[in-house]
Amino acid sequence: MFEIFQYDFMINAILACLLASIAFGIIGTYVLVKRIVFISGGIAHSTYGGIGLGYLVGFSPLYGAIGFGILSALFISLLRKFKFQSEDLLIGIMWSFGMALGILFISFSPGYAPNLMSYLFGNILTISFEEIITISILDVIIFLIVIIFYEQFLAITFDEEFAETLGLPVGKLYTLLLVLIALTIVILIKLVGIILVIAMLTIPPSISIRFSNKLSQMMFISVILGIIFTLIGVLISYYLNLVSGATIIVVSIIFYLISLLFNRGKSKLKTNIKDNQ
Amino acid sequence: MKIIVELRNIFVHYRNNLILEDINLKIYEKDFLGIIGPNGGGKTTLLKTILGIIKPTAGQVLLCEGLEKQNCFGYVPQTSHIDYMFPISVLDVVKTGRLSKNKLLKRYNTNDLDTAVDSLEKMDLSKYHNNLFGSLSGGEKQRVLIARALTTNPKILLLDEPTSNVDSKVGHHFYELLNELNKEITIIMVSHDIGAISQNVKKVACLNKKLVYHDSKEISKEMLEKVYHCPIDLIAHGVPHRVFPVHKEDE
Repeated sequence: MFEIFQYDFMINAILACLLASIAFGIIGTYVLVKRIVFISGGIAHSTYGGIGLGYLVGFSPLYGAIGFGILSALFISLLRKFKFQSEDLLIGIMWSFGMALGILFISFSPGYAPNLMSYLFGNILTISFEEIITISILDVIIFLIVIIFYEQFLAITFDEEFAETLGLPVGKLYTLLLVLIALTIVILIKLVGIILVIAMLTIPPSISIRFSNKLSQMMFISVILGIIFTLIGVLISYYLNLVSGATIIVVSIIFYLISLLFNRGKSKLKTNIKDNQ
Repeated sequence: MKIIVELRNIFVHYRNNLILEDINLKIYEKDFLGIIGPNGGGKTTLLKTILGIIKPTAGQVLLCEGLEKQNCFGYVPQTSHIDYMFPISVLDVVKTGRLSKNKLLKRYNTNDLDTAVDSLEKMDLSKYHNNLFGSLSGGEKQRVLIARALTTNPKILLLDEPTSNVDSKVGHHFYELLNELNKEITIIMVSHDIGAISQNVKKVACLNKKLVYHDSKEISKEMLEKVYHCPIDLIAHGVPHRVFPVHKEDE
């Protein structure tokens, strides 16, 4: 059982599971309650352009993904700001445009790029120690920003219009949230790949929302579920020699289905004021 | 009486459609103004223009001296656009009213908490602090949103269709609470529920792109026909005091 810890790649993979779960449990919670799954999908796919550019020019594809992710987050905020009628159409175009750019960039680059499949479908067992460091840094950034702006993010995800009447910088906070989503997606690319990112952002929170009374509690449960799903997925894929990304997703979906059996709803809360003070 | 908000020649366009046309309105301190009109008549747009969320293409919103846009309005949106699954307690919803631009990096303090608790008490919700917002009934949700608006210590409360999810029995209690608030606060309320509005407010205006307003409480058949562009049946329910003119025999 424990012989797997002899391998560095396995230790890296387990570290990656723990670190990534923190990011996607927290940010996935916002994606779910703010109902921006499609927008997140758009950001995720457009990062492929950055990965391709990285291959072509010769820098780390993950940095390319960060750049393209942030650019597409800013693009979506602009669409919002100027209230474009066909916001979802333009996001759809951005989605495909990113993918197309990525494919073109890769076709321009000399030689064969065998690793590219791992960006589309993820391969957690090939994560390097440098990538673990990058993920850790992104984790810290995401965690700190969420701690600082927790109440503001709560206000804009719960009721954006009211937040606007309070004079909160709703547009800027929304942009910041999209940038955090982009960073989280970059972390997840190595884990499950661009195409499967949305599942990891949405499945843990869609289980935890039914058992949570607070947004912070929903985040915490999502993180724990994320750790459980990814670890089980990695172990199964190792022992049965399966593709890791897809295994993690299938494990998550099985857990999601099981959770539906326990749909007890939210516990009736105590009506004691002192509890809250 | 002091004018607290004045709208002068307001025009609002949205994607080349004219939504509000030449709106002129004076609102006095401690008014309770009901604005009725058909769906799509621009009621919510008018509220958002007063709030400053929507910028008019022409015209001005003037506030009385000493008031600022950021802290004089308490906005109560429709409850229907809020996700009932959102995991948040009643007290936490109300506390968000204490957030502002100036306190971007600060946490809530005890003063904020006290204000939230007071506001909930005013809305008769003291027992519900820790209940999930989504588990409440339509009327209770509406009162939570009013309590949230009250935490900003508003001079003017703006309510958007507050009774759309409330049945009439609960509605009576709801208006009692509003009338209590009205002793201190000016209230502007939009609704398509003509009956409810006319029984409970001090003044009525009719809005369908244009505003028809006579600075009085009575809704005349002419006013309604002007905004609805068709004859409307005025049904006077068993109301304690008659607000509609007595119908003629042949009507």
